[in-house]
Amino acid sequence: MTQLALVIDLNVCVGCHACVTSCKEWNTSGTAGPMADLKPYGKEPRGTFFNRVQTFEVGEYPQTETVHFPKSCLHCEDPPCVPVCPTGASYKREEDGIVLVDSDKCIGCKYCSWACPYGVRELDEHQKIMTKCTLCVDRIYDMSLPEAERRPACVNACPTNARLFGDVDDPDSEVSVAIREQGGYPLMPEWGTRPANHYLPRRKTRMTIHEDELVRADNPLKKERQLPMPDADDPTLDETTSW
Amino acid sequence: MHPAFSVIFLTTLLGAGQGLFLALYTAQVYAAFGLLPEQDPVRFHALGAVLALVLLGLGLFSSFFHLGRPERAWRSAARWRTSWLSREILVLPALMAAIAAWAAIHYSGFDPLLFTFRETYAVSLSLAVGAIGTLLAFALYLCTGMIYACIKQLQEWATPLTVVNYTLFGLASGFLLAAAFAGWSGTGLADFFGGWAIIATVVVFFTRAASLVRNARLKHKSTLQTAIGVRHAQIVQKAQGAMGGSFNTREFFHGASKRKYAFVKWVFLVLVFPLPLLLASAGLGSGRTGLWLAAFLIQYLGLLAERWFFFAQANHPQNLYYQTV
Repeated sequence: MTQLALVIDLNVCVGCHACVTSCKEWNTSGTAGPMADLKPYGKEPRGTFFNRVQTFEVGEYPQTETVHFPKSCLHCEDPPCVPVCPTGASYKREEDGIVLVDSDKCIGCKYCSWACPYGVRELDEHQKIMTKCTLCVDRIYDMSLPEAERRPACVNACPTNARLFGDVDDPDSEVSVAIREQGGYPLMPEWGTRPANHYLPRRKTRMTIHEDELVRADNPLKKERQLPMPDADDPTLDETTSW
Repeated sequence: MHPAFSVIFLTTLLGAGQGLFLALYTAQVYAAFGLLPEQDPVRFHALGAVLALVLLGLGLFSSFFHLGRPERAWRSAARWRTSWLSREILVLPALMAAIAAWAAIHYSGFDPLLFTFRETYAVSLSLAVGAIGTLLAFALYLCTGMIYACIKQLQEWATPLTVVNYTLFGLASGFLLAAAFAGWSGTGLADFFGGWAIIATVVVFFTRAASLVRNARLKHKSTLQTAIGVRHAQIVQKAQGAMGGSFNTREFFHGASKRKYAFVKWVFLVLVFPLPLLLASAGLGSGRTGLWLAAFLIQYLGLLAERWFFFAQANHPQNLYYQTV
């Protein structure tokens, strides 16, 4: 089995929105597009995005921490949006686990967006159909691209490498190792959706130093000074030994 | 959730249409057992069925306004194995066909005897078709309710009470309309239908109150902590990822003030239960059609408010990602 997914490292994300803009840029000209923009230069611009970055402040000053939180479809292993779809437009691919919307079958009833606990599906106001992250399915298999670029646009764009992409069903993949070794977690596990995308928590590298570790307790000469240079008259090593 | 008027009209009109048909068929069954007098098949059964079809048709019509691409609506019959919405879309035309057939049988007078039950009760074609229609009408109540009840993270809806309430509200308004229709058509059945409408309204008062109490005490499973996976009691959202709002901020929030929200709740509590009950009890035995019609119209208005509140009350967990709406 293959389950492609993203792993998002909240420890590294700086909230620059490069993933948002690169996602929009790629997908608005891709198979899922165009992604509508309404009044893009108006007072309240709005439009369709597959990926959004939100910012949260955790704690109270001065003990605060800013968490930038990119949010896109989690490509659940048990996606609640799929069975509720009356037309079968919302489906999960057998071969790689990507959840997609067939834009020719979607009737725009929005029922799938109700069934998704994460709010990662958006009805395109122009096309009047449901749209969502495709994990750049039109890019990751494109053999005309160099192999290093066959990744979702957001992953390529991330300047801090906060987004990892790979097969979470392969225990040795980069994403699986990251989830396993760096405490990757799914969102809202209470709904049993088993999201394929995981998030890596904020983590700090701390070192505990005890006082006795600052003093060398095991100095055999009980001295910290440099040893003096031998006198010029003293025999050298060459003179005292025969090779 | 954002209450869409297309769905509010859809569910209330369908409910009343189903209820009206069930009322008419109940009268026929009673008549078949000799408990009620036989009615004029054309002026009562056929015309009443046409009225039910009009309500169902209007409901179907308003449902199209909920779709982004109504021209593709035919596709929605595809996934009846998994989707309650798909099931509803299959059952609704089937019910309309059954009601139309039932009306046609009564209108044409072609109602052959199928068999005799215990050598006393004659089961005619119209009675059999009506039984199929009854099954379909209840199946449609189940489908409509389950569309909402099956979404487990919408905890306000995810309860059997949702299905029970949809069914009973439909029956209450349908039987009230049947009482008004019976009064208008000059049959003596207004009190019979009205009595059942009163019973349905009283029962649904208790079941809806139970769901209100349940929702008031509901503890939501998702929190901002589980939503972003940070375990801290104090998390404040600083940016929502959009300047002018998004689909997420429009579709999942009712957008009404607290006062309007509370007002609608009291409007529906008054218009659906005490006022129609008062009018209906005045209508019992009075022979005044206007009272039944007023009771139906007032309760229907109340049901519009009830449905608005039903949607507005549902709190979607995705709202956790939009703390400052």
